[in-house]
Amino acid sequence: MKVSLFVTCLVDQLFPEVGESVVKLLRRVGIEVEFPREQTCCGQPALNSGFMAHAKPLARRWLDLFEESQYVVVPSGSCAAMLKVSVPEMFRQEAGLYERAQALAGRTYELSQFLVNVLRVQDLGARFPGKVTYHPSCHLLRELGAATEAQTLIRGVRGIQFVPLDNPDRCCGFGGTFSVKYPSLSGAILEEKLRAIEATGADVVVACDSGCLMHIAGGMRRRGMKVEAMHLAQILAQTAPAEGAPAEPKDGAGAG
Amino acid sequence: MAPVQVRTQEFPRASSRALANGRVQQALTNVMGHFDHAREAAIQELTPEVWERYRERGREIKRHAMEYLDFYLELLSERVEANGGKVHFARTAQEATQIVLEIAKALGVKVAVKGKSMLSEEMGLNHALEEQGIAPVETDLGEYIIQLAQEPPFHILAPAMHKTKEEVGELFAAKLGLGGLQQIPDMAAAARKTLRERFLQADMGITGVNFAVAETGTVVIVTNEGNGRMCTSLPRVHVALMGMEKVVPALEDLSVMLRLLPRAATGQRITSYVTLVSGPRQPGDEDGPEEFHLVIVDAGRTRLLADPELREALYCIRCGACLNTCPVYRKVGGHAYGWVYPGPIGSVITPVMVGLPRARDLPFASSLCGACREVCPLKINIPLMLVSLRRRLMEGAPGERGVSWGQRLLVRLWSRVVASEGSLRRARRLAAVFQRPFLRRRVVRWIPFPPFSRWTRNRDMPGLARRSFHELWDRDLKTTGRSKRP
Ligand code: SF4
Repeated sequence: MKVSLFVTCLVDQLFPEVGESVVKLLRRVGIEVEFPREQTCCGQPALNSGFMAHAKPLARRWLDLFEESQYVVVPSGSCAAMLKVSVPEMFRQEAGLYERAQALAGRTYELSQFLVNVLRVQDLGARFPGKVTYHPSCHLLRELGAATEAQTLIRGVRGIQFVPLDNPDRCCGFGGTFSVKYPSLSGAILEEKLRAIEATGADVVVACDSGCLMHIAGGMRRRGMKVEAMHLAQILAQTAPAEGAPAEPKDGAGAG
Repeated sequence: MAPVQVRTQEFPRASSRALANGRVQQALTNVMGHFDHAREAAIQELTPEVWERYRERGREIKRHAMEYLDFYLELLSERVEANGGKVHFARTAQEATQIVLEIAKALGVKVAVKGKSMLSEEMGLNHALEEQGIAPVETDLGEYIIQLAQEPPFHILAPAMHKTKEEVGELFAAKLGLGGLQQIPDMAAAARKTLRERFLQADMGITGVNFAVAETGTVVIVTNEGNGRMCTSLPRVHVALMGMEKVVPALEDLSVMLRLLPRAATGQRITSYVTLVSGPRQPGDEDGPEEFHLVIVDAGRTRLLADPELREALYCIRCGACLNTCPVYRKVGGHAYGWVYPGPIGSVITPVMVGLPRARDLPFASSLCGACREVCPLKINIPLMLVSLRRRLMEGAPGERGVSWGQRLLVRLWSRVVASEGSLRRARRLAAVFQRPFLRRRVVRWIPFPPFSRWTRNRDMPGLARRSFHELWDRDLKTTGRSKRP
């Protein structure tokens, strides 16, 4: 089986270690991973800010670059929702393109959904000694309907202690450009999420979206919280220390 | 005076003020959770599967009613008149106000008791009545409190939820001369006593309408206090105000709608009172008004109807669930939105009603988390509509645009950067140099330029990674062979 990785612009530029983890863990289960080098961004920031004209060329790009792919895997619920839901919708009036977009959207998956629903794995042989909680990001939860996948995978990790978050489905306040359009509002919403994270006593908060993680980590650092923010892929990529993977998160790993 | 003051332009400042207002924050924290829990419990009791079926049915009823709105409004009007009522159509909120004033003048009305009606807020009806020397008296307890306080509603269901009981006590002392009230039941009893006198004085009862049944010419009013029913039965005249989207085809549609509304709104199986009014008192009836008027109001609703991307907003039954669940509403409350309808659905309706340029900040007041759509009993896709409005603001005529040239420039720049891998790589090199003075251990704590400055105001920002994923791929990952299964 061959997977084409759409790594997302945020991971590409800010959190490449997340992409690295995805490659590692997919290869570990025997999957061939390719990375179409011309990829940049899915265009969601433009679409959600109202610049559909700027989003369309990027959606076209994705279509052209990935159309031959057997599967497209995206380590972000939000970007995956863009590609699976919004992009076909954007081309609804354009015969030909709409069908192409829909067909590719059907082969495109967010990472945790791909692992659990397509590969049908729950145990990736990962080992992570630590107490973690999980924040289900909104688009993954509501647009892609991923209610259980990530937690199934977390529970499959050896040595991990999982503590559920209070009101997990409340937004963290990121919202893409919303976070800079209304910084104090975005920060006030974040505050509640941070309090919920703190209350769990977890060492690590896990999510499947680097955007939310960047927001949460940024808030935690500013408040001097000692909790680490990590992408699910980073947890799953860690195996026993003997295999060469660092048991401790690297400095600045995750979204921190 | 304008029908109702529009302060939508002030959202950015008003929302910041609300965030800094301890009392508002306290009220929101105290109340909002209850609504959410009550709704969820009611859905669990019914079972989510059955709830889902009702939602689908509800949508179908609304879709059909809006598709054939002209037909059903005509039918409704015929049936109401056949029952002895009088029907008035108003194109605007002002016209609707004029109609009510004329009815009142013709009958020499001095006091009008009012049931809860958001439409009358759109019309600014209380103010208009006062100007004509007619005393409007809100009889819903929450509405009564904010009428005394001379404030707009804070929430479409719980208009005075931001008031503490101490504040209400002070208000009763100052406005009604009823000092010393400390407990909520005492205040409610005092209000009830005062209102009872007003009910007996009133010549006119004004109510809103939750649903209007076309086939029978019946208006349905849903309340918990029974005040609505008294407004329809005690005074000589009953004037019912309805937005034209309230019509449903048949009586049996109520079996769906009356299951959806109370559960989504307050988590009740049914409200304490459901009043069905089909015209004035008939010969042989023991009570009921001598005259019944139904005012059917457009006030911007045909604009929604004609808009394929926003039409679903007319499915709204004003249950308030989307407000209760919205992370933004839960933080800023209702007043910040600056007009009658706050929260997610307000951010869709208001721009269409008051004009997009004036309400340009509202469609952006959302993280697009989708919680509103998830809880809406009619499954209205509010986030998609907000994005549609954002698009109009960006692509509209220059005067209607919603962002500064600076933001526009940023988007242009950004799309140049992400247009190809090469340009992204070049921009990255530039950014790496640019970020250097601000980096402290790979983190940016402060940066003076927007939009980044708006981020670092309350959050740290990660610096660019030492190597992009593209670089990592080229160096190490591409060539790494597949390792064997563990
Ligand atoms: S949009 Fe939906 S959830 Fe919001 S008030 Fe209307 S019916 Fe209720």
